[in-house]
Amino acid sequence: MQATHTAGHAGDHHHDDHAHYPSGWKRWVTTTNHKDIGSMYLWFSFVMFLVGGAMSLIIRAELFSPGLQYVSPEFYNQMLTLHALIMVFGAIMPAFVGFANWMIPMMIGASDMAFARMNNWSFWLLPPAAILLTVSIFVPGGAAGTGWTLYPPLSVQMGIGMDMTIFAVHILGMSSIMGSINIVTTILNLRTPGMTLMKMPLFCWTWLVTGFLLIASMPILAGAVTMLLTDRHFGTTFFNAAGGGDPVLFQHIFWFFGHPEVYIIALPAFGVVSHVIPAFSRKHLFGYTSMVYAIAAIGLISFFVWAHHMYVTGIPLTGQLYFMYATMLIAVPTGVKVFNWVTTMWRGSLTFETPMLFALGFLVLFTIGGLTGLVLAMTAVDIQLQDTYYVVAHFHYVMVAGALFSAYSGLYFWLPKWTGHMYNEGLGKLHFWLSIIFFNIAFFPQHFLGLAGMPRRIPDYSQQFADFNVVSSVGAFGFGLSQLLVLIVVFQAVKGGAKADSRPWDGAHGLEWTVPSPAPYHTFEDPPAFDAAEAHA
Amino acid sequence: MSHPASASRYFVPEPSHWPVVGSFALLLLATGAILTFNSIAYGGYFLLGGFAVLTVMLFGWFGRVIGESEGQRYNLQVDRSFRWSMAWFIFSEVMFFAAFFGALFYVRVLSIPDLASAEQAALWEGFKNQWPTAGPAAKDAFTPMHAWGIPAINTLLLLSSGATVTWAHWGLVANKRQQLIVGLILTVLLGLLFLGLQVYEYREAYSHFNLKLTTGVYGSTFYMLTGFHGFHVTLGVTMLTVILLRALKGHFTGERHFAFEAVAWYWHFVDVVWLGLFVVVYWL
Repeated sequence: MQATHTAGHAGDHHHDDHAHYPSGWKRWVTTTNHKDIGSMYLWFSFVMFLVGGAMSLIIRAELFSPGLQYVSPEFYNQMLTLHALIMVFGAIMPAFVGFANWMIPMMIGASDMAFARMNNWSFWLLPPAAILLTVSIFVPGGAAGTGWTLYPPLSVQMGIGMDMTIFAVHILGMSSIMGSINIVTTILNLRTPGMTLMKMPLFCWTWLVTGFLLIASMPILAGAVTMLLTDRHFGTTFFNAAGGGDPVLFQHIFWFFGHPEVYIIALPAFGVVSHVIPAFSRKHLFGYTSMVYAIAAIGLISFFVWAHHMYVTGIPLTGQLYFMYATMLIAVPTGVKVFNWVTTMWRGSLTFETPMLFALGFLVLFTIGGLTGLVLAMTAVDIQLQDTYYVVAHFHYVMVAGALFSAYSGLYFWLPKWTGHMYNEGLGKLHFWLSIIFFNIAFFPQHFLGLAGMPRRIPDYSQQFADFNVVSSVGAFGFGLSQLLVLIVVFQAVKGGAKADSRPWDGAHGLEWTVPSPAPYHTFEDPPAFDAAEAHA
Repeated sequence: MSHPASASRYFVPEPSHWPVVGSFALLLLATGAILTFNSIAYGGYFLLGGFAVLTVMLFGWFGRVIGESEGQRYNLQVDRSFRWSMAWFIFSEVMFFAAFFGALFYVRVLSIPDLASAEQAALWEGFKNQWPTAGPAAKDAFTPMHAWGIPAINTLLLLSSGATVTWAHWGLVANKRQQLIVGLILTVLLGLLFLGLQVYEYREAYSHFNLKLTTGVYGSTFYMLTGFHGFHVTLGVTMLTVILLRALKGHFTGERHFAFEAVAWYWHFVDVVWLGLFVVVYWL
C-alpha cells in the first residue's frame, strides 16, 4: 500500500471502523483493540486495588489496638492472604499490563499487539480468577488463610477455599503467560523499520525482560500449586516428610517463581519512571545502554537469589552465604538505575507536575525499600527480622511507593494521551502529597515495630507495640481515602477539561507523542517513519 | 473490513467472542474440578459443560485462524510473530516440567538423605538413604519401574516418530504430498502406540507392582512427571491429527506451513522431555 499514512488518516479509519464494530458492552467483550484492552486492564486493576485496599483497612482496623476487636484470627488470616494475592495479581500486575497494552504498540509504531484476540483472552481470564478468589471468602472454611505464599502443611490442610485459590492462580498464570508471549512477540517483531532493539524506548525494554521473567516463572508457580493440589486430594507426598517429601520443597519452588515475580512488578515501574524523569528534566535519559544492561542483569540474577526468603528454614551455611552475596549483587544494577535517574535530572530544567512528583516519590521511597532489602539480605540480620514487621515495611516500600507510585506517575503522564484532556493538576498534586505523607505515616513506623520484634501475620500483639500501630493504622486509612482522588481526576479527564496537544509535555519524546490526543482508535496501520534522534527519550 | 495481506500493512483481526467463551469454559472447568475434588454433587456436570464449551471454542477459534491463513490474510510479519510465540510457549512448557524435575532432584539429593541422617534417626528409625523409596512411613513394599522394558521401547517409538515427522516435513517442502501424509500418519500411529504402552505400564504398576500415585515420593514424582508428559503426548497427537486432516484437505504450501512446523516443534519438545524422563525417572 502507500508508503506513508499520517496520523490524520488513521483518525479517518477510526470512524470508518465503528460502523462495522460492535458497540456497547459487546465492544468491550469482543474487542481486539489494544487501547480498549489496555483500558479494561487499568479499570480492572483499579477495582481490584480498591477491593484489596478495603481488605488492608480491615487488617489495620484490627491492628489499631492490641487484643481482638473486630475479626476472628481466621478471618484476619484470610484478609491478609487475599489482600496480598489481589494486590499482586489483581492490581499491580494488570496495571502494568494495561500500560503495556496502551503504550507499547504506540511506542514502537505498531498498529496493535501481535495477537489481538489472544490479548483479549489474557484480559478476560482475569475476571474468572477474581470471582474464584472473592467467592472463596463465602465458602465453608473461608478463603485461603496461609498468606500469599501458600506454604504447606497449612495449605494442604485448608478447606475448599484453598482449591479455589489454586485454580485462580492457574487461571491468572495462563493470563500472564499469554499476555507476556504477546508483549514479547510484539516487541521483537512489530517495531517500525529502523527501530533497533537498542533504539527502543526503555519502557519496552523493561517489558521485554519482564515478559521473559513471566514466561519463565509463571509455569513454575503452576507446578508448585499443582503439587499442592495433588498432595491435598490425590495422596501424593511432595510436601509430606512421611512419604519422603519436604514442606521446604514447596518454598524452594514457590520462591523460584516468587523472586522473579518481585522484578516482574518492579521492572515495568522502572520503565515508566525512565520516561517520566527525562520528560520533566527536559533531557535525554542518562546512560541508556547501561540502563538496558542493568534491566537484563536484574532479570537474570533474579532467578538465582530465591532462598534469601528462606534463611531460617535450615538451609546450610554455604547456601545462606551464597544467597546473601547473590542478593547483594542485585544492588549493583539497581544502583546503576538509581544513579542514572538522578544524573538525568542533573542540570535539567526541572518542573514538578504530578507525574514527576510521583516519579520522584518513587525514586526516594523505592531506594529506601531497596536499602532495607539489602539489610534483610544479610543472613545474620535476617534471622532476627524474618517474619517481623520490618519485612512488611520493606516490601510495602517496594510495592506501594515503588510500583504503585510509578503506576500513578504513568497514569498522570499518559492520561492526556488517552483521554485527550489535561487532568486537574491541583487535584493531582493533592493526591501525590496526601499519598506520600500518609504512606510514610502508615509504613515507616513498621520498621521500628519489626526491629522491636513485632511478628507479622498475627491479629493481636503485645502492649508495647500499641503506639506505633495506632500511627500506622491512621496512616493506612488516610492513604486509602486519598486514593479515591484518582477516581475523581480520571473521571474529570475522561469527561472534559483543557484540550491536550499531541505532545502535552514539552520534554517528552517518542512515537506515541506524534499522534493526536486522544490517540486514534487505530494508531499506525502502516509502520511510521522513525527518527533515531528522537530515540532514548 | 478485510484488508488483503500485504508486506507493509499490519494485520489486526476483527473483534471476536471466542476469548470470552474460553474464559467461561475455564471458569466452568475450575468450578467442576473444585466441586469434584471435594466430593460435592454436580461437579461432573460442570466439568462436562466446561469441556464442551472449551471444545466448541477451540474449534471456533482455530477454525477462524485456519480460515484466515488459507484466505491469505497473514503476511510474513504475522508468520514471524507466530514463530516467536510458539517458541516462547514451548519455553514456558519447559519451565513447567522444570518444576517437577526440580522436585525430583530435591527429593533425591536433599530430602531423602536428610530424612535418613542421624539427626532424624529418633523420628524415623531405620530409614535408609536409598532410591527408590516411598518414604520413611511407607508400609507396603513396591517394585519400581525398570528402564529396559516398556520405557526403552517407548523411547525408541518417540525417537522414530521424531524422524517420521521430519520426513513428512521434507515431503511438504519438496511438494511430495504423499510423503507428507504417510509421514504424518506414521507419526500419529507411533504416538498412539506410545500412549497405549504407557497406559499398559500404568495398569501393570497398579495391579502387579503395587506402585501407585500414593506410593510416597517415588510414586508422586513418577506419576506426575510421566503423567504430565503423557498428557502432552496426547495433545501432540491431537495436534498432529489436525495437521494430518488439514494436509488431506490440501492445506499448506512448501513455503508457508507454520502450523505444521509449530506442531513439529512441539512434538520434538515432547520427545526431549521424554529423554529426560527416561534417564532421570526410569534409568538412574
